Amino acid sequence: MLTLENLVLTQDEFRLEAGFSVPAGARVAVIGPSGAGKSTLLAAIAGFFAPASGRILWRGQDLVGLQPGTRPLSILFQDQNLFPHLTVAQNLGLGISADLRLSAADRVAIERAIARTGLEGLAARRPGQLSGGQQSRVALARALLRARPLLLLDEPFAALGPALKAEMLALVSEISLEQGTTVLLVSHDPADARAFAPEAILVADGHALPPQPTAALLADPPPALARYLGM
Amino acid sequence: MLPARLATLAVLALVLGTLAAVAWQAGGLGALQAADLAAARFTVVQALISATLSVALAVPVARALHRRRFPGRGALVSLMGAPFILPAVVAVMGLLAVFGRAGVVNDALAALGQPRISIYGAGGVVLAHVFFNLPLATRLLLHGWQAIPSERMRLAQSLGFSPKATLRHLELPMLRATLPGAWLAIFLVCLASFAVALTLGGGPAATTIELAIYQAFRFDFDLARAASLGLLQVALCVAAFAVSARIALPQGFGAGLDRRAVLAPPLGWVLRVQDGVVMGLAAAFLIVPMAAVLLRGLPALSGLPVSVWAAAGRSLVVALAATALTLLLALPLALAAARQRRFEWAGTLPLVASPLVLGTGLFLLLRGFAAPATLALPVTVAVNAALALPFALRTLLPAARTLQADYDRLAASLGLSGFARLRLLTLPRLARPLGFAAGLSAALSMGDLGVIALFADPTQATLPLQLYALMGAYRMADAAAAASLLMVLSFALFWAFDRLGSHADA
Repeated sequence: MLTLENLVLTQDEFRLEAGFSVPAGARVAVIGPSGAGKSTLLAAIAGFFAPASGRILWRGQDLVGLQPGTRPLSILFQDQNLFPHLTVAQNLGLGISADLRLSAADRVAIERAIARTGLEGLAARRPGQLSGGQQSRVALARALLRARPLLLLDEPFAALGPALKAEMLALVSEISLEQGTTVLLVSHDPADARAFAPEAILVADGHALPPQPTAALLADPPPALARYLGM
Repeated sequence: MLPARLATLAVLALVLGTLAAVAWQAGGLGALQAADLAAARFTVVQALISATLSVALAVPVARALHRRRFPGRGALVSLMGAPFILPAVVAVMGLLAVFGRAGVVNDALAALGQPRISIYGAGGVVLAHVFFNLPLATRLLLHGWQAIPSERMRLAQSLGFSPKATLRHLELPMLRATLPGAWLAIFLVCLASFAVALTLGGGPAATTIELAIYQAFRFDFDLARAASLGLLQVALCVAAFAVSARIALPQGFGAGLDRRAVLAPPLGWVLRVQDGVVMGLAAAFLIVPMAAVLLRGLPALSGLPVSVWAAAGRSLVVALAATALTLLLALPLALAAARQRRFEWAGTLPLVASPLVLGTGLFLLLRGFAAPATLALPVTVAVNAALALPFALRTLLPAARTLQADYDRLAASLGLSGFARLRLLTLPRLARPLGFAAGLSAALSMGDLGVIALFADPTQATLPLQLYALMGAYRMADAAAAASLLMVLSFALFWAFDRLGSHADA
């Protein structure tokens, strides 16, 4: 279970408060107007933004103060999720060992992740030689190899077309079900939230609210969200 | 951050430590004589004239280069980068071959029944400075022309601007923004001129402060006076630098000058001939001296005495050691400066320290521990590394900033740190600018005739010092051969490192 306990994030004029729990294995969308702090919330959980106060607990352990790489999570950003000078196999290898010292068993695991994400035959390529969808698959495959219990998605598929995006989200759902991964997905698209996440965290007006049923939230949005959705 | 802090400490210790030693020894500016004030005046005046001439002449050259397209243009633009790494003594050899007493120009004047001109003295010093800095200024201004947004040029074309209107609305505003910085950059370089003044200047009318430090140290062994002169030099540099901090210094020694859109070339044969003549003269001014050295020197290479080859070997070792040291300082500083500005200042500090002040200071600090001759080469390595540091840092910084912005979060989220991060991320991503910076450092160090002149006896001479000795002994054939060797080695070092960098990632 992920618990945000009296969490306060501040930067200049910006202030965001959060206090809620997300059960293990849940798939939750993070929605809200631009600039409300969705990405900042994820950055704080991932360790890129130090909270002003409060705690971020995973299974009772406080994550605040831990290095990003040692937290029990993987995060995919909007862009720059892969190192362009490394091959697909090397990029995936980084998910297992940060200094790329890989055993035979590790290589088998990489092969399996490649097959699982439909990247057969692309192991020796560099990201620049892949399509946008393939690049997203590599990033997902690396998260698969890291096998951390929490996966944070900060709109990594925003640049993909609707069909590809739906495909990626379906893949994330499958992985989440298989590994019991808890997933937080920041999205601009209400359709994504509806299709992917039974529950949603609304970030608006300085507060991140506890997860609530996505369909109901979108059907009867509070004013800030309604304005953003154009309703 | 720890390596960056160590590098900062090393730079501070070197620059400020030597300065403190010099100031302690000088005990004020009391030891200065009338001749030293004359040297100070000449230093400033020649730098003023050199910078003004270089920049003024560069305007038509850069303009012509920008608006004309012809075969070999790219090569000509690249050639304009060559003097930056051309050893000063080699350039002087080339200028002597063209403008010297037995040079082409004087032969032509004699044939026309005109009196011969002398390259020695203030005129020669300025000539050599223009030779070095006209190409630099041209590249800086060309950069300015290429930075005019292509949308602006499209607008000018759609409005049917005449060349005059283009000049007024596009080019003059650009020049107003670019010229002061370019002028100041060159002024700073000329302020610390030593090798040119040593070979072409001298005497009461053409001695720079750096040369006066050398003379006070080497001939009079008047350490108090050398130290006072050193303080004067640093004060001048700091003053000029304080002014330059207000004006953004352009950076034209980098690679990649051929991308942006171009002003529509004005038609008409008058302008076309004018541009052609301007570029032809500039190219000849650049190429003929270098070619003269090579033509005379290359055939004589095999006859060079062993001492010259030994000096070349020493120079190579010094250059490689200085390069390693420069990168060891520059890389951590660049990575840290991408996060915190103050590390950039640490790496820029050597710009205000003159080589001879560093050398004098190191001598004062170390004379209790070892004989000057045994210190000559290590001190040269340290000083050369420090002097190349600002250039290496400026080469690395943009790439280090991009690296930080693009991949720092990803690396952190994967727990990539320490040596693994260096090997898997930093070195591959920075290979190109690292190669370029290494090439610059190696070539600058290879050709440097500065601090080594303070210390070395003949058994410790580097190739530039050996070349200077050959020139002093009027062994001109050997000197030309040594100059060719030095030129070839300097360019080869630059080329090899630059190539290494651009292929590391392929």
